[in-house]
Amino acid sequence: MAESQAHTEAVHHHTAPTGFIRKYIFSLDHKVIGKQYYFLALASVVVGIVLSVLMRLHMVWPNAHILWLDKLSPVGAPGGLMTPEYYLSLMTLHGTLMVFFVLTTAPQSGFGNYVLPIQIGAEDMAFPTLNMLSFWTTFVGFVVLLATFFITDGPPLSGWTSYAPLSAVGSVAGPGEGLGQTLWIVSIAIFCAGSLLGALNFIATTLDLRAKGMTLTRLPLTVWAWFITAVLALLSFAVLFAAGVLLFLDRVGGTSFFIPGGLIISDKIISNHNGGSPLLWQHLFWFFGHPEVYIAILPGMGMTSHILSTFSRKPIFGYKAMIYAMMAIGFLGFMVWGHHMFLSGMSPYSGFAFSVMTMAIGVPSAIKTFNWLGTLWGGRLRLTTAMLFAIGFVSLFVSGGLSGLFLAQPPVDTPIHATYFVVGHFHLVMGVAAIFGMFAGTFFWFPKMFGRMMNETLGKIHFWLTFVGVYCIFMPMHFLGVEGNVRRYSQFTEVNFLNTPHIINLHTFMSIAAFVTAGAQLIFLANLFYSLFWGPKAAENPWEATSLEWTIPSPPPFDNFGGKHPVVHHGAYEFGVPGAAQDYIMQDSTETIVAGGH
Amino acid sequence: MATVLTPPTPTIPAGANGSGRNGSGFGGGDFGGRGGQEPRGRAVPAQTYRTGMWMGLVAIVMLFAAFTSAMVVRKGAAPDWGSMALPRILYLNTGILLASSLAFEFSRRSLAAGWADRFKAWLYVTTFLGVAFIGGQLVAWRELAARGVYLATNHSSSFFYLLTAAHGVHLLGGIIALFYIVARAPQLADRIKRRVVVDVTALYWHFMDGLWIYLLILLTVRL
Repeated sequence: MAESQAHTEAVHHHTAPTGFIRKYIFSLDHKVIGKQYYFLALASVVVGIVLSVLMRLHMVWPNAHILWLDKLSPVGAPGGLMTPEYYLSLMTLHGTLMVFFVLTTAPQSGFGNYVLPIQIGAEDMAFPTLNMLSFWTTFVGFVVLLATFFITDGPPLSGWTSYAPLSAVGSVAGPGEGLGQTLWIVSIAIFCAGSLLGALNFIATTLDLRAKGMTLTRLPLTVWAWFITAVLALLSFAVLFAAGVLLFLDRVGGTSFFIPGGLIISDKIISNHNGGSPLLWQHLFWFFGHPEVYIAILPGMGMTSHILSTFSRKPIFGYKAMIYAMMAIGFLGFMVWGHHMFLSGMSPYSGFAFSVMTMAIGVPSAIKTFNWLGTLWGGRLRLTTAMLFAIGFVSLFVSGGLSGLFLAQPPVDTPIHATYFVVGHFHLVMGVAAIFGMFAGTFFWFPKMFGRMMNETLGKIHFWLTFVGVYCIFMPMHFLGVEGNVRRYSQFTEVNFLNTPHIINLHTFMSIAAFVTAGAQLIFLANLFYSLFWGPKAAENPWEATSLEWTIPSPPPFDNFGGKHPVVHHGAYEFGVPGAAQDYIMQDSTETIVAGGH
Repeated sequence: MATVLTPPTPTIPAGANGSGRNGSGFGGGDFGGRGGQEPRGRAVPAQTYRTGMWMGLVAIVMLFAAFTSAMVVRKGAAPDWGSMALPRILYLNTGILLASSLAFEFSRRSLAAGWADRFKAWLYVTTFLGVAFIGGQLVAWRELAARGVYLATNHSSSFFYLLTAAHGVHLLGGIIALFYIVARAPQLADRIKRRVVVDVTALYWHFMDGLWIYLLILLTVRL
């Protein structure tokens, strides 16, 4: 059997693509596709931030007239005055864009596509054509989502979680819930398809295309993170797709998977649906939704491990523990979805079970955190911008993760569910820690991707402004949540118990911090785009890092290793090895170490 | 305290596995770069396509697991289920699908043994039976429609249409792959290296067969 298998290889002759379309549009090159994903995520995050600025503006100055908003949606913001419904629409698109098109796209599909094949010593992904299709599928999903801004009814307003029955009953529910909600489902379904194709590509590539000598325990932690994330994506996105199909059928097929009987909406009795269960939507959605947030954070964890090690000039502390911790986080991530539903009327025993599993995730997370600290401890730190963002990741992951332990306990969650406490929690872990992972990755791999260096001074200014800014924005939310500040309200002055100076002043503070922090991102954008064209040329290995991407030119040739096949002799984190010629050993180095060194 | 350092000397690769295997997965493949470093066409081992297909099947399993879960939860939740009787033609369709899997196996093994004609002949049989299955499913749907049972008639009919449609759509994908193989059959027969295409399609097809058996049992028992 082995002999016949040896003859059944498919051999692709890999020649450099020619023509603009083949090189830059429908490219099969994982590096181009990675950059396409990255810039898609960048466009998405810009839109997402604009939406968040509008939201924070409205929350604190609800009577402000934002004149250009009137042009975008005369119905949603007549005369520029945002209606509460339109606020919810902006909130829905903010969440959807950020969670799907930024946090699932850039760390995994962007950096993963670019870096993973090179780090394992391969010429490309396992299935380049599928890779190209994955990107363009995702792009179509993005366009469909943005289209909801321009339809008459406006974008959907049921949140990125799209809870039934609001999302299921159709246009009777009011603005945004007609075509807008249907397009949301279509967009997300398309996104699911693209993600699933990408996930299977990552898994096949990591398992089967590693270079000679690249055993699983020599893989950089970035590769492990992308691999485990791909497994999570493969298992969870299919469930979201199923949920989306059922929701779509409820909306256009007259079914009642999620719509119960006896509903009266907008003074109309909903008589053509009955017997469905809104709770079913919650279960299906969160079965996907919880692994999704680990999909958002795991690549950042891998990048942080990699970058902390590189710039501490020390091996990562506890390499194997880091792998097992990521696996544990991924595995446990499938067992905790009910913690989003503690207030749904579930049995207290179910609540107990979900609570215990949720708190259990704190263990591998803590292991990783202590290992990061252990990596830094005693290292000869090189505080580059990438390093600052990686350290920032650790800080924000701790801050955001700790509040999760509160939310994990049903009695504590009861008063703070659906308050700003939750908003603060998930923004710190997803909206900031994961984004810091992306910033760290950007500064780290920009030289390799574009052959130029980014400006470190601007990078550091951007880092400090952002780091201080996000703490200013999101820390007060924990106080507000405990005080009872409900989330998803478009403003607070018309709500008795919230219309107090204390709460309004905190919100004003957060809004101003948000505007400043959003403005600071312009420094990053300027740095990025300036450096793309006029940054100083980058060497092959400007960071003196050890993994295989730093053995090839910056930027790499189309087939990565110039037709050669690297052979790996060392693990990924051989820094400060006693007896070595330098303080780092490249993975493909054939250097042998003299015994007797310290 | 100072360490004496000798200049690095080239040694034989010190990897734990000297044979080019990478710990897991298919080991017989030569990735084209053992030792010698001359540029070659890119070689993706056959195992990779199998891995990819298995991963795709995992995703499909999760999709149907979600549908199953939805169905079980719905049925248990409310008394308004409204059971429906399955059209009898489903059993004939099942037989057709099983026969098509058998035909595909004959085709695949003929290719492995180098019998090009038998490979093609059984391939045509498989494709025909696959299309017949889809036709039979459509007949089942029309029979239900004639009874006045549609997608939104009651909960059990919703799930029936959902599950059969989802399976049918996936099987159609398999049929498209079969058409592709039929069109390329002459080249496939000639080049043993391309057998992997047939192998992974067969894997997908058998999986669809097994999935249908599962769905039939689920619908019989829980609908």
